[in-house]
Amino acid sequence: MEEDVSAIEAGAARLLGVEVRRLGPLPEPDYAFDVRRGQYSSVAVMRAFAAAAPAGDAKVVGICERDLFIPMLTFVFGQAQLGGRLAIVSLARLRQEFYGLPADRTAFLSRALKEVAHEVGHTFGLAHCPDQACSMSVSTDIRQVDGKRAEYCRSCAAVVRELTAR
Amino acid sequence: MRSNWQILVVDDEEVMCESLAAWLREDGYSVDTAASGRQAVDQSKTNEYAIYFIDLKMPGGMDGIETMIEIRKLRPEASIIIITAYATVDTAIAAMKEGAQEYIVKPCNPAEISLLVGRIIKVKNLQRENLILRKKLNRQYHYRDIISKNAKMRELLDLVSQISNLRSTVLIRGESGTGKELIARAIHFSGDRASKPFVAVSCAALAETLLESELFGYEKGAFTGANSQRKGKFELADSGTIFLDEIGDISPKLQADLLRVLQERSFYRLGGNDEIHVDARVIAATHRNLQQAVLDGEFREDLYYRLNVIEIRIPPLRSRREDVPLLANHFVERLSHELNKNVAGVSEPALGLLMDYDWPGNVRELENAVERAIVTSKDRYLTEEDFRFLEANIEAHRSWVPPPNMTLQELEKEAIVAAIQRADGNIKEAAAALGIDRSTLYDKIKRYDIQR
Repeated sequence: MEEDVSAIEAGAARLLGVEVRRLGPLPEPDYAFDVRRGQYSSVAVMRAFAAAAPAGDAKVVGICERDLFIPMLTFVFGQAQLGGRLAIVSLARLRQEFYGLPADRTAFLSRALKEVAHEVGHTFGLAHCPDQACSMSVSTDIRQVDGKRAEYCRSCAAVVRELTAR
Repeated sequence: MRSNWQILVVDDEEVMCESLAAWLREDGYSVDTAASGRQAVDQSKTNEYAIYFIDLKMPGGMDGIETMIEIRKLRPEASIIIITAYATVDTAIAAMKEGAQEYIVKPCNPAEISLLVGRIIKVKNLQRENLILRKKLNRQYHYRDIISKNAKMRELLDLVSQISNLRSTVLIRGESGTGKELIARAIHFSGDRASKPFVAVSCAALAETLLESELFGYEKGAFTGANSQRKGKFELADSGTIFLDEIGDISPKLQADLLRVLQERSFYRLGGNDEIHVDARVIAATHRNLQQAVLDGEFREDLYYRLNVIEIRIPPLRSRREDVPLLANHFVERLSHELNKNVAGVSEPALGLLMDYDWPGNVRELENAVERAIVTSKDRYLTEEDFRFLEANIEAHRSWVPPPNMTLQELEKEAIVAAIQRADGNIKEAAAALGIDRSTLYDKIKRYDIQR
């Protein structure tokens, strides 16, 4: 986990061209566990994350090992405050092992970086992008995550660039 | 654009409501929530929701089906999706019979809901496109037809929607080609005057006397050639909207006449003795800095304040470059069809070129550039080569030679005046454009005695 987070951190700094700082780990989200579904409530995790996140202007991304859900959906890859500061990304479904396949760290890290870029994009107010190669394109399953790039398309990149420059 | 469609999620469980709403917002939709059927019905009275997600089981009198029946009375064109935790054939049949478009069991796959909403929106977009095409015949645009993902433009469109039902005078400012008339039409056709006339007059196109008779009409015999009585544009716009384009260019005499119409809401036809009352909303537009024109004594201050009740400033395209790809692709889609060419879009490198270009002629120039590129292109995607002619425009700017006998100081003064004008009087922006800091610019403004 430690090495994975370091790799995601470095990838995000490179991709977004900003300084990325690591904050300490938060307690296990047992409070968010739903026995019936065997998953963790994304809303509950987000609330706890919002309470623990430091104040300031910086975007804060929580990396979570647990499989997250919202009541309407079987799972979510992540959640973000649209145009806000906070986002969480679940790593559970980004690992090959989740689908009964042998581990593939390269694929996993590439997916994690795409999801981090995607959720961070939402905090910049970006909605899903129709350009399927853009990391802001919607991904409702792992194939769609694999089909896109971690980079933003020109149009989305321009928005992020303008807002990070402020 | 997707974000123009409004969705309402109705469920008594807050977590369910909020999390589904947040998920849909990330897809670009504008989403509200309601905690009960009653609340949903109330909200539907003032909001035009296109899609409803309604939970079947809700306590407190109105369940999902009852809510749907009430909503269908208010919004018969809306699509309703009933959500349930347990699928039973009976409830599904009951829901469909009452007019639900879809029925989904929670929890469902993200892909399933994404496809479902996508499919409904596709149909809605087609319906709207059909309506737009029909409207286009009469050039009746709504603010939702205007494309932009720029924050300032979105704010501007919000303002347009807020003021469309008011009677207040609007002054639209923007460089040439930014779409001032489009915004004026959007205000008119989004508001309660939409079914009434929208009359546009270009004040710069006509000589003073012609403009006067054009605006106010004339009686038979008012002047040589006035063989019959004729109504002016103000009368024609009664109960609707009159759009006065290039208002900054009208003569002092007409400024006085116009002020009178705005104050009294009445006027006389040329050569006429009867006072004519009109209820026309006035929307004026100009590319000029009217505040400056007032300071220079070229424009009446009282008229300026009468016109400038609500001010809308349309940003130039170069300050909202993120819209260039959106607009370029929109024009390709429309024009390739109109020009009967098989062009599917703009290539990445060509988009890069378009985003780097300054667009002095704004959206109109972009539209013309795309049209020219489509006409000459042989490819399915427009290439950098197809937009090569833009470089000639850049070169034309570059090959500018200063007039002879001009001193370096005069040249500097000219450059500063031009930069301040371009930045609409914004010193910070002008200083950045000139590559100097603000205090240096202030020094120079003082030294050269430049009026701002």
